[in-house]
Amino acid sequence: MISTMQRLGAGLALLLALGGVATAQQLRVLNWQGYGTDEPWAVEAFAEEHGVEVVHDYFNSEQEMLTRLRTNPGVYDVVLINSSYTQQAVSEGLIQPLNPDQLSHFEQLDQSLRDHPYLRADGELYGAAWVWGATAYAVNVNEVTPIPTTLEALWAPRFSDRLGWRDDAVESVQLAALALGQDMNSPTDLDAIKARLIALGPQIRTFWSSEDQWNKYMAAGRFDIATYWSGSAARSRKAFELPIRFVIPEEGAIGWFDGLSIPVDAPNPELAHAFIDYLIGPAFYVRWDTEVGAPAPANRGAMAELPEDAFNRAVMGDPAVTGRLTFMAPIPDQRRNRYLELWQEVKAAIVQ
Amino acid sequence: MRCRLAILGLTGPAYLWLLVAVFLPLTAMLYFSVLSETPLGNREPVLTGEHYRAFLEKSVYRDLLWRSLGIGLEVTAFCALIGFPAALALSRAVPGRWREVVFLLVVLPFWSNGLVRTFSWTMVLGAGGVLDRGLQALWPDAPEVDLLFTRQAVVIGLVHAYLPYMILSCYLALQAVDDSLILAARGLGASHWTVFRRLWLPLGLPGLVAGSVLIFVPVIGAFMEPRILGGPAGTVIGTVIEDQFTQTFNWPLGAALSFILLAVVLLILLLAYPLRQRLERVT
Repeated sequence: MISTMQRLGAGLALLLALGGVATAQQLRVLNWQGYGTDEPWAVEAFAEEHGVEVVHDYFNSEQEMLTRLRTNPGVYDVVLINSSYTQQAVSEGLIQPLNPDQLSHFEQLDQSLRDHPYLRADGELYGAAWVWGATAYAVNVNEVTPIPTTLEALWAPRFSDRLGWRDDAVESVQLAALALGQDMNSPTDLDAIKARLIALGPQIRTFWSSEDQWNKYMAAGRFDIATYWSGSAARSRKAFELPIRFVIPEEGAIGWFDGLSIPVDAPNPELAHAFIDYLIGPAFYVRWDTEVGAPAPANRGAMAELPEDAFNRAVMGDPAVTGRLTFMAPIPDQRRNRYLELWQEVKAAIVQ
Repeated sequence: MRCRLAILGLTGPAYLWLLVAVFLPLTAMLYFSVLSETPLGNREPVLTGEHYRAFLEKSVYRDLLWRSLGIGLEVTAFCALIGFPAALALSRAVPGRWREVVFLLVVLPFWSNGLVRTFSWTMVLGAGGVLDRGLQALWPDAPEVDLLFTRQAVVIGLVHAYLPYMILSCYLALQAVDDSLILAARGLGASHWTVFRRLWLPLGLPGLVAGSVLIFVPVIGAFMEPRILGGPAGTVIGTVIEDQFTQTFNWPLGAALSFILLAVVLLILLLAYPLRQRLERVT
């Protein structure tokens, strides 16, 4: 009996020792899948320079990202946070202040994004502005002529049962608000928005929830028109060669920008700064956009290095286009719950 | 003393596992369901019954629960209609060594990942999919078959996923039936139909009931198949609960809805119990 216990104890000790060895030098990144940081060449280049293995975990929604930070303290080194969620992450004590002195490319960042109040709290910097873009829709150019120019087109009989829609409460409410001419950050008439979304029912072919799913559905011809993100549209065109065009509608589009942050108990804050610096630099960005497709860069130097006809320089660099964007403001939990409730009422109405 | 220790040693791990894997998470969720906020991070939740009240006050949750129950009944019925005859054939008509091969085919869906299985159905059911093309090949003038993103697609996907439970539980009940009973019935002039109605059905009933429970309970909480195969027709109580966890971090409401679902399931099983006993007495 005693010998069994001893053997068990020895085995356990061995396991623990092995576990200790296995956790050497890793940089853990939390991001959307296929969103730049996990490009094999980028991971390789960084690993070579810093002798560290870059490991990724993925989330499918911002809420999932926050939940992962809350439930896994001390696991992640770098996390991508949409700027409308940075304040919430700060107030919940999930991320730590960055040191701009450790970011050599910090001064190159577009000032309005770099110093944006959404990324700062108590005079400290909590996110390094990385990329920005628009949420509107993309159309299959082989199926759709002429290319629509309005949000209203989403409701056109032409697209009955041909529309792909992201199953996301906030995005749905905001797009409907823009189509109705309401302020998307504080809509006044939620009943009108609900009615407008219910009217979308016959249009919707299916809901999508990830870029990967979007690409598969579009490639299979499941829809002709679908809500989408500008950066993903660039990727779908380049990396997946889908015949699509991204439209920034006349009524406006949802604008957003993403920052890179470091969680509170990050195991390797120094390396995390180095990785962020690599990501916001022009070398990484230009290769990402030209080979794979990316959202617009916060780094002005990077935008200037793009080819002149690149979407992110020609369209996203045009003030007349960016003037149509309304940037997403942080949303208090209460209102977010109200949006989800509304969206579920809409979906339940569509189903009947 | 030794014997008691042995029993404890042998059953202990199972009970410990149940405690850790089932009872503790359920208790935590029950506690979450009466909190005002998800108790993670630096939030300070208070006790409240608002999430249970929300279910009573908002018709959307009730409507979707009804919808889920409807889908659950439909899926269970199809599984019974296909599974019972299949189990009967398997236990009586398939000769011994072939039985293993057929059994393997029955449990094959269990070996593949549920997501893969469900995504495969999207390739079968859509326009230009396997079903559509197959039908066009047989009958060139056939209308286009496009079942993807409909309620039927959800039911098909769920029936495929859960049918093995019905076949296996019915098979267990039917293979225990003594051959001489059937021979006696036939010898006394009973028709095949009478044998089925008076012998197979009542003797297989325990398997049918067990299979129905095994299927009905998980199906009404299902969210993966409805989401992938149902499209806009795939909104059910399961997806609503999932959204509370993934879209808004409203774990308390998600937990409350889960427990209401659990209560409804228990209630249905409770109501079905005397019905089942009466059924057994009649037959």
